[in-house]
Amino acid sequence: MSIRVDADLGVHVRALTLRLQRSEVLASNLANVDTPGFQARDIDFAAEMRRLESYDEQPAEAVPQLMYRVPSQPSQDGNTVELAVEQAEFSRNAMDFQTSLTFLSMKFRGLKQAIEGR
Amino acid sequence: MSFDSIYRIAGSAMHAQTVRLNTVASNLANAGSAAESPESAYQARKPVFAALYERDSLDGSRTGFAGAQVKLLDVVSSGRAPQRRYEPGNPLADRDGFVYYPDVNVIEEMADMMSASRSFETSVEVLNRVKSMQQGLLRLGES
Repeated sequence: MSIRVDADLGVHVRALTLRLQRSEVLASNLANVDTPGFQARDIDFAAEMRRLESYDEQPAEAVPQLMYRVPSQPSQDGNTVELAVEQAEFSRNAMDFQTSLTFLSMKFRGLKQAIEGR
Repeated sequence: MSFDSIYRIAGSAMHAQTVRLNTVASNLANAGSAAESPESAYQARKPVFAALYERDSLDGSRTGFAGAQVKLLDVVSSGRAPQRRYEPGNPLADRDGFVYYPDVNVIEEMADMMSASRSFETSVEVLNRVKSMQQGLLRLGES
């Protein structure tokens, strides 16, 4: 039996990529907090992960579907960014990125131990 | 890679907020400067922001799929009429003893300044977070 690195790393690579894409969307929301008429957007992480799982073969570039954020209190100038909400989502997303990264490095450590036979 | 587009987005936001802080500083600095005629009185300036969706990089390859930078469309003057004050002792006073002060709302400008610096700090925080994300990715596989 051989070691298949791709299969062994499993879901974490996809999760990491999706987290990075989501942080770009959230960074855009945070950047445009004072832009009139800007509509905040986000990715439904769970739905995107399910969609990626459903593919038999991974597409070269998966473009996640973007949703519009529903603001709890719309503002006069049409901007739907709520600074506190976006900041919380951004920092949670960054923490989840670190978590995926930790899982990935644990996988690597396991593979290394298997290769070295210890 | 998605990281550099995040850096660009945060950078554009910081630039926009810096320009906003610049206009606030200029408005506050000139709030008390009198002029001899309504035309020559200082006019408060305000920046106008717009979202710039980035889809393609210079070489035509797709970089970001949804990133929106902040674009500074223009800096416009408020167009509000200056206040006329009777100050016959002022060397700039006209024949009837009036001078013209710019209609700058100092409280409004202070609130604008706080909002701009908060947004700037948010962008700095985004940059720091993304930097630590990238550093974590670079250290992957070590130890």
